[in-house]
Amino acid sequence: MYRSIIVSSSFHIFIIVIATLSLPFISKKPIELPPLISVELIQITDKTNIPFAPKAKKIIEKVKKKQEKLVSEQAPPKKIKNEQSKAVPTPDEKIELIKKEKPEAIPLPEKKKEVVKQNLETKQNPAKLETKVKQVSEFEKKELFDPNNIAALIDKSKENLAETTKLSDKISQSQDQTMDQTGLSLSEEDALKAQIFGCWSIPLGLPYNENLLVRIKLKLKPDGTIMKSEIIDHARMNKPGQGFYKVLAESALRALQLCQPLRVPTTGYERWKDMQLNFDAREMLEG
Amino acid sequence: MKNFKIFIYLIILFFPTTSYSLIEVDITRGNLNPLPIAVSPLFSDKESQLNLKKNLDIENLGLEIADVVKDNLKRTGLFNPLDKKAFLQKPNVAHLKPRFEDWSLIKAQALITGKVSLENEKLRVEFRLWDVLAGREMLALAFTTVPKNWRRVGHIITDKVYERLTGEKGYFDTRIIYVSEEGPKIKRIKKLAIMDQDGFNTKYLTLGNELVLTPRFNPTSQMVTYLSYFKNLPRVYLLDIETGVQEVVGDFPGMTFAPRFSPDGKKVIMSFAKDGNSDIYTMDLESRIVERITNHPSIDTSPSYSPNGKFITFNSDRSGYQQIYIMNSDGSGVKRISFGTGLYGTPVWSPRGDLIAFTKLHKGKFYIGVMRTDGKGERLLTENYYQEAPSWSPNGRVLIFYRETKTDDKGEGFSAKLWSIDLTGYNERLVDTETDASDPSWSSLLSN
Repeated sequence: MYRSIIVSSSFHIFIIVIATLSLPFISKKPIELPPLISVELIQITDKTNIPFAPKAKKIIEKVKKKQEKLVSEQAPPKKIKNEQSKAVPTPDEKIELIKKEKPEAIPLPEKKKEVVKQNLETKQNPAKLETKVKQVSEFEKKELFDPNNIAALIDKSKENLAETTKLSDKISQSQDQTMDQTGLSLSEEDALKAQIFGCWSIPLGLPYNENLLVRIKLKLKPDGTIMKSEIIDHARMNKPGQGFYKVLAESALRALQLCQPLRVPTTGYERWKDMQLNFDAREMLEG
Repeated sequence: MKNFKIFIYLIILFFPTTSYSLIEVDITRGNLNPLPIAVSPLFSDKESQLNLKKNLDIENLGLEIADVVKDNLKRTGLFNPLDKKAFLQKPNVAHLKPRFEDWSLIKAQALITGKVSLENEKLRVEFRLWDVLAGREMLALAFTTVPKNWRRVGHIITDKVYERLTGEKGYFDTRIIYVSEEGPKIKRIKKLAIMDQDGFNTKYLTLGNELVLTPRFNPTSQMVTYLSYFKNLPRVYLLDIETGVQEVVGDFPGMTFAPRFSPDGKKVIMSFAKDGNSDIYTMDLESRIVERITNHPSIDTSPSYSPNGKFITFNSDRSGYQQIYIMNSDGSGVKRISFGTGLYGTPVWSPRGDLIAFTKLHKGKFYIGVMRTDGKGERLLTENYYQEAPSWSPNGRVLIFYRETKTDDKGEGFSAKLWSIDLTGYNERLVDTETDASDPSWSSLLSN
């Protein structure tokens, strides 16, 4: 009894082993996934905006630090998404932009609609697409090419772009919250700085070798006007021997008064409604 | 039930809430444009105006004082006084309560208003400095003095405004002593002259019988030290401006020159030359004790004290070429600080203590420049055919020096004028003098 069971089971095991080794179609091939290509959307203004020479070092160091962090954490997707979302602020805006662009790029809206439909159909029904391709021979292709229809081809690309942007919008929706916590983009920051640079008359009599950093906390309205400004180290202004600090603080406040409404982003009010400006004239005074 | 509570807590704990970190923006640049400032004519009522006219023969003293302030501020290069034709508000209202909208409309960022009156034969001037953009008063002061002093009142007002807006002391209520020059180049008549820093109120202290050179103010009193040739022997003299009393400094058996006071005004430091060698000496003005500071077989001259009196800068050719050195006030620790090409001379320590001004001769051109006290950061502020003898304003922001022009083939066209330049090197101005002028020296603030 036992013997027959042992013989039977060993025979079965033998058969299974042989089958797994000799029958290749049984073994499951691992799915060959295409290699992952990480796509990083970079806001070009951030890269092309040349920082002021004395500040360049700091900025480069900051960027380096960020890069180091990304490597060590091995989790850059969030950051990448952030940058994507910077490039694509909100889905609604994108749709509006596309809508606005359409009339300029498409002289014939009716044709465009057809093209869009075709495009959508091809995507939704690949079978149909295959049949169409089959119908067009290499010789026929030339005949089919209509120079007057270039606009439609461009429109197609536009539509494709619109679709991709819509897709990316979907991503950015979830990223907006994280972006909100990060502050102004470099281009936004530069716009604000450039505005204040023009308004700030630096008192030239100040000593360059003293620690004269004036930090001002602002509460802003959505249009950039200042609701409230507060010098963080206000007590220092009235201390004896702090005449230079007082002068610098007053000049900074004058600059803000002169500049308002400040050049703030049109969106993300919650993000920048509270802001701190650090006025430091040492670079200028050193000459 | 308990598990449900924990579940709720966990949800609250990990529920994604929106938090915003405070955005910080560094503002490290600004503009160097002069600050637009409106100097409203000081208001005076009709009665005061009539009395002042009788007293000083001036139609509108308020306007004159405002002009003094305006001109002072303009010369600094840091302020842009606006044209009074653009003013919308009249002085009689502005001095009570300025309408800031009117002043900001003409782009003024600061405003000066005030009132002039004559009370018991005394001139009373009150003024207010306003921050136009913030709409608030920054400074309010009143002065009472004899009516003749009205220009000084203008200078004092400028000092106060300048200090309030720049953070550093002004230099307007000061005087400049210089050598007034007249006549042809080969036969110049040189007199000691003194004037207000804006070129007004010139007075001559010597008659021009003897040659005078290098006058220097005492930083603490109205005393002057200078070099004069008496009976063809050059000697260092002291002159009390108020009393006119002169005396020789020390009884040296040779030539003494390049005198300068110590920061406390108690000593005179100078060069003494004998047998082709020149060294630096000091003399205590009270005890008359003379002390030798350098002892080197080279020409050591043009000594100048640091503001704290601990160090001395001078020029010497001990390295083979004329260069600038510093040393301790007792003569120890001599250290060369200038290493550039060319010859360096007439070093003067800034009243702030951070810079040394000098004259540099390089490739036939004369430069006025500044360097840090360790010799680093040399900056040449101005270049010309011939210029030298820089002297600091009491706040260490402006240098005054003299510049000579070339004579033409006929021996004509020579002139010597005073010029000023600020530390930026951009604000270079001719200082008005009644005659040709050289060897200027700036006094400390008179109102201190």
